[in-house]
Amino acid sequence: MRLLEPLLIPLAALVVSLLLFGVFVALAGHNPLQVYHSIYRGAFGSWFSWQNTLVRASPLMLTAMCTALPARVGLIVIGGEGAVVVGALAAALVGIGLNGVFAPVAVIGLMLLAAMACGGLWVAAVGALRHYRGVNETISSLLFNYIAIAILNFLVIGPLRDPASLNKPASVPIGSDNMIGNIAESSVHWGLAYGLLACLTLWLVVRRSTMGFAMDVIGGNPRAAYLAGLPVGRLVILACLLGGAAAGVAGMLEVAAVHGRLSSSVNAGYGYAGILVAFLARHNPLAIIPVALLLGGIRASGGLLQRSHDLPDATVLVLQGIIFLVILASESLYGRTPLSQRPGVTR
Amino acid sequence: MSGRPRYALEGVNISKRFGHLRALEGVSLRLRRGSFHALLGENGAGKSTLVKCIMGYHRPSEGQFLIDEQEQSIDNPHEAHRLGIGMVYQHFTLIPNMSVAENLVLARPCLPARIDWRAETRRLREKLDALPFQVPLDAAINSLSAGEKQKVEILKQLTLDCRILILDEPTSVLTPDEADEVLGRIKAMTRETDLSVLIITHKFREVMHYADEVTVLRKGRAAGTTTVAGTTPAALAGMMLGCDPKRMPSTRREVAVREQVLDLERLTVLDDNGEPAVRGLSLSVAGGEIVGIAGVSGNGQRELVQALCGQRDIGAGCMRVQAERFRATREEIRRHHFRCLPEEPLRNACVPGMTIAENLALREFDRAPYARCGGWLNRAAIGARAAALIERFSVSPPVPAMPIGQLSGGNVQRAVLARELSGDVSVLIVANPCFGLDFAAVAEVRERIMSARNQGAAVLLVSEDLEEILELADRLLVMAGGRLVYETTPAAADLTLIGQHMAGH
Repeated sequence: MRLLEPLLIPLAALVVSLLLFGVFVALAGHNPLQVYHSIYRGAFGSWFSWQNTLVRASPLMLTAMCTALPARVGLIVIGGEGAVVVGALAAALVGIGLNGVFAPVAVIGLMLLAAMACGGLWVAAVGALRHYRGVNETISSLLFNYIAIAILNFLVIGPLRDPASLNKPASVPIGSDNMIGNIAESSVHWGLAYGLLACLTLWLVVRRSTMGFAMDVIGGNPRAAYLAGLPVGRLVILACLLGGAAAGVAGMLEVAAVHGRLSSSVNAGYGYAGILVAFLARHNPLAIIPVALLLGGIRASGGLLQRSHDLPDATVLVLQGIIFLVILASESLYGRTPLSQRPGVTR
Repeated sequence: MSGRPRYALEGVNISKRFGHLRALEGVSLRLRRGSFHALLGENGAGKSTLVKCIMGYHRPSEGQFLIDEQEQSIDNPHEAHRLGIGMVYQHFTLIPNMSVAENLVLARPCLPARIDWRAETRRLREKLDALPFQVPLDAAINSLSAGEKQKVEILKQLTLDCRILILDEPTSVLTPDEADEVLGRIKAMTRETDLSVLIITHKFREVMHYADEVTVLRKGRAAGTTTVAGTTPAALAGMMLGCDPKRMPSTRREVAVREQVLDLERLTVLDDNGEPAVRGLSLSVAGGEIVGIAGVSGNGQRELVQALCGQRDIGAGCMRVQAERFRATREEIRRHHFRCLPEEPLRNACVPGMTIAENLALREFDRAPYARCGGWLNRAAIGARAAALIERFSVSPPVPAMPIGQLSGGNVQRAVLARELSGDVSVLIVANPCFGLDFAAVAEVRERIMSARNQGAAVLLVSEDLEEILELADRLLVMAGGRLVYETTPAAADLTLIGQHMAGH
């Protein structure tokens, strides 16, 4: 029965969030049931909305990892947004610099590597600060976001600015040959495959590898980890590095699959939404896939809400915020529900 | 009825059981009105349980309390307050960034919604003028020294009009001078007013200097009550340690001793505040012997054990295992067969949320056959080994997939023993291995430690239970103030001398 708890508590939290959101919608003068229905239609109602959802889900899968992996060693990192920006920056620099120099396949590969390396190191620095200097990782990763965004804005307005971009400052394009295309005839880019691959690989690492086991020991009780002689510092930094690398890939996708160039649009909030995905998924990489689809769907339905209910498209962000609060509040329920009682076992 | 009652507080035949554990067994205590009464005893002797019963945190299983010779049932801490009983805890309960006056006012039960600070301050001043302690009312708590904070804690109780003051090791955070000042003034108050004081302490010096009477607890029973004038520290130490009927001692075999298995050279370890807790400690443990370190808790034993187990950095000095420098890395731990049984095993040696099987695999999970192909877990092998160990060490319930945090204390310790002692062991660090275990589990744990020694392991046993050390150790050392201050063998042990060294004489 205990196995049901991690499933039922988030589900109950989702239901509560929807009810609260319904109150909000009703206060705004709309029928909550109709709004729920529109969210469903906008997210999963047709092939068209599915494609919208999938496009939004893939970066969420990657950015969620930036919170989920450090969480396994006991760190609460909210620096996904910064890693996205840094990854986008690295990918754009590589793409622009090597455009036409190498074959597109090589350029894409190098963009990917650069994004992973820079995003990874960015968040690894947070882990190192925490382990060696005792700096609170939540605060430092949040501040790292601001630093990354400031660097992005500086470069886009300054040195990297394409003189041809008038209204919205942006860099020169990385070249259409170096773009990651769409899957078959759909409007879903190949980034979805990157996201799925990352979730599955990291799930294997977490559940099946000795490294994942060691990380769980550190997250569960650092004293026991030291007793067993585990290299705690190295593993903490490695978890941050892997998480940051995944978020860096999300940034690369923004450049190489969506915008084709660097602009302030790469800072679209996927890093923050990824925190929510990770918490909803209980930091389990496999559970991140359905949760990212759910959240991606909610975000995709914003447009439809605006069109058919005249609700501002930020309404879905309200729903997202409500879900986050309720999920955080529900964390205290683990181990206290009737499901977690096993008579005759504990004294 | 003539005059006022002689006794402020009496406990008659107090017993308290937690499940099968008998924490208190027919303890009687009489606190004379206006007296300074000390409560002495080793850790786990039942001092805190007794005091918690008086304060209404626990309800005694049997026995009554009399306040001013009237029977009272103290059901909760509020009731204790109403009866004029106040307690000062070992650790500060003040709010550091608020002023002394604010802290004192806040302590009052039933504060009004709006506080008239001028009236409150005036009232406080009037009260304080009548008391021997002076503290600046507007000073912030965090600007005060430890001694002053302790005075504020005591004042807090006195301004609540308490007539029976219980102090739980009040001087453990104070310098000797501060301790003398605080205790001296309280002593004077008991002379001049109605106040009666019950003080829990480990320090013989304080008992001899300040107390009028002393009650000694040993293993949940009252070992005796006497006036301080009629006793000596040696007699008190004897009462505290006692000479209980011996259990069947673990079988000690003659084994060839191997030198240079565990060597500590001028080891210094810092505590959480960066103060040295272990000061330049040197020690050698040979293979095939158990060296026991006795001492009153808080003299650096915890930090020493944490440093040896790799849970705390070594500040200075060096640790050698089998003549090689040892830094508690996984590779060194494995090569030297280094094993630990820290105190509170669930907290220090287990991951409560992981399963019994996973916890049993903590030392071996990254080695064949539990890991394959460079780093993938073989969960089947881990589960099979766990099932075998659970069977061999009788862990109950025998469910490898159950989170270890759900086991009882004795079974957690069994699981940890299974993990640490099932293979070769060259060095074994043990700390308070029998805390909170029942009689049968104690015998089993000690037997296993002894058998590790008989197989040639160098065992360092740090324990607050002197009897345990006397039973198991080949050599006995006393630790006080972060140093080893005395060495003897159990055969030649003089309890009085040991007690005095433990007490810092």
